Amino acid sequence: MKRKSSPPIMRSVRGLIGGTVLGLLTLAAGQASAADAIKIGVIAEAQAIAGASIPQAAQLAADEINAKGGVDGRKIEIVTYDNHSSSADSVRAFQRAVNEDKVNIVIASYISEVVLALEPWAARLKTPFITPGAASNEISKSVHNDYEKNKYTFHGYLTSAALALSVCDAAKELLVEQKHMKTAVIMSEDAAWTKPLDVGYEECLPKIGLKVLDHIRFSPDTTDFTPIFNKIEGAKPDVIITGISHVGVQPTVQWKNQQVPIPMFGISSQATNSTFAKDTNDAAEGVLFQAVSGPDVPVTPKSLPFTQAFKAKFGNFPSYAGYTSYDEVYYIADAVKRAGSTDADKLVAALEKTDWVGTIGRVQFYGKEDQFTHSIKYGKGLITGLMLQWQDGKQVAVWPAEVAKGQLKFPSFIKVTSN
Amino acid sequence: MLAFQILIDGFAISALYALGATGFTLIFGVSGVLNLSHGAIMVLAAVAAWAGASMLHMNTYEGALLGVVVALVAAFATYFAVVQPIQRSRRIPNEEKEIFVLTGTLLWGIMIQELIAYFFTNNAKTVLPIVEGVMDIFGVRTPRNEIFTAVVCCLVIGLLWALVNRTRTGKAVLAASMNPRGVTLLGLELTNIYIVVWAIYGILAGIAGVLLGMFLGVSSYSVGPLTASAFSIVVLGGLGSVSGSLIAAFVVGYLETLTAYLVSPAYRTIPALLLLVIVMYIRPQGLLGRR
Repeated sequence: MKRKSSPPIMRSVRGLIGGTVLGLLTLAAGQASAADAIKIGVIAEAQAIAGASIPQAAQLAADEINAKGGVDGRKIEIVTYDNHSSSADSVRAFQRAVNEDKVNIVIASYISEVVLALEPWAARLKTPFITPGAASNEISKSVHNDYEKNKYTFHGYLTSAALALSVCDAAKELLVEQKHMKTAVIMSEDAAWTKPLDVGYEECLPKIGLKVLDHIRFSPDTTDFTPIFNKIEGAKPDVIITGISHVGVQPTVQWKNQQVPIPMFGISSQATNSTFAKDTNDAAEGVLFQAVSGPDVPVTPKSLPFTQAFKAKFGNFPSYAGYTSYDEVYYIADAVKRAGSTDADKLVAALEKTDWVGTIGRVQFYGKEDQFTHSIKYGKGLITGLMLQWQDGKQVAVWPAEVAKGQLKFPSFIKVTSN
Repeated sequence: MLAFQILIDGFAISALYALGATGFTLIFGVSGVLNLSHGAIMVLAAVAAWAGASMLHMNTYEGALLGVVVALVAAFATYFAVVQPIQRSRRIPNEEKEIFVLTGTLLWGIMIQELIAYFFTNNAKTVLPIVEGVMDIFGVRTPRNEIFTAVVCCLVIGLLWALVNRTRTGKAVLAASMNPRGVTLLGLELTNIYIVVWAIYGILAGIAGVLLGMFLGVSSYSVGPLTASAFSIVVLGGLGSVSGSLIAAFVVGYLETLTAYLVSPAYRTIPALLLLVIVMYIRPQGLLGRR
């Protein structure tokens, strides 16, 4: 006897009903847990060293908070998205995070171009959003210029203007006062974050006594730096002030291979990675770079326990954006507690009142009337940044004096005449 | 002083371009394949050499050798897994096979690029140079590694020339590039010639990749620009013409160096691309192209 099978159309109808019921169940379950957990979406560059630490550090912070019972009994849940360093992918991830995964707040990206692309989406979807590592001044200026619309964006890292100040403050003590340097050439990559950085450098370097002899901007796609270093050497400066992030390994290796006799000092984001010495085959030796933290630097009592826990869990030290991302999860939790809610507007109001001692210093945000609204405040007693130098394969703090672990030390091809 | 500087720096980069483009043009000349995974194979070689030295604790020579071997394996994988199945397929019409090979190798290259980024991050890597230090040539402080790069490139290209013109296998390869049908009529198996060409290609791309990793450094982002630069050099020189590619490599290398020194490092690649457009207008077959 032949078994009678139902016609295909009935099978698809049955499948459809089954699917819908299943979907509704999941949706209901999703809503139930959304009411319980505080959901933080983390969008980051998982393939880049600087970006990879962002979701890891956020998860570490969430685990610690959850282990202590969460926020008023609510657990923190981290939902991560890889953006492949692309603005378009980040926007899609942001939409998905808000519309489908129902996150309450988003932590995203260390690239200014990406953050600037997300800012209008934070406004449209009315979802608070913090960047742990982008620097462009435009991020917080947009908040200032159209507060009601853009108030959802927070800048959890120093602006380029503040970074330039931090470099100049360090250069004044280390280069001008200690080494009696008088001249500099600025070398920076052509990107959104370096435009205000260069303006800052041009303004503050002459004030501290370093005359700017030349200013070289180059494409971030540059692979051969020989002509750039030759041009710089031709100007005979005492120091090269850097503004590099997209590039880092290549100029450093070529600087050493060509034995350019001038020290590099400034922002070099890739040098903050603990793998930088390995990636450059130790060409990093002597490179000076600004940072908000370092693996052995107790900026606050929270810094070292964090780096050690991170190393134990992931096998390497966090990138600079790892520190900020870790702090962000903590002060988001703090803001949720103070607001007593995850409602977007209440959360924004609570975040504005943040006063949190994290791993990089004391975090407060500039207000509505300040030029850089919602950016973290720069200054003594808050966040000043550090100057570190690669010495014998390690990142050693050399400024400010309170946390310095060593003196300036250069490889033999560097000529620092005055002592 | 500046003239010597441009002369020396331009030579090293041009020689490297020449080596990278030679294998690329050879494959096209012999089998009509435009291998768009070229940049990915070069980067793979450099990353393998880096990983050999920094993760497996090999010395620089072993690391470099590993890089070349990995490129050779990748070249064979490209041929056997991507190119040959498309060429043999009965379902793809013959006149569309070229476009399928282009698309296939392009996607293959992207897969390699993403795998490199996944396992080794997209941050740049540099291979420890075999020779270190600097020396003075006409008052120009030149890294020994730069000279080493130029010398190795010239040597390898010379060896390739000798192989093609002096050995039986080489002559068969040369014949296949002129008239594939004629070669089969002489009783030579065309597939064997293809395998030889892909082996030569793998070694050339591997050496070029490792040298590039030592001289300038690479990241997974370099894949696209490397393929594009080999492609434009080969088109400029005339598709399939090895000597045309060599001349074009030096034209592009020096044009870029001149621009970087005399105009601005930011505009480095623009004049070479403009030249390419002009050549396409007045001599579409390229400098020494036959078709």
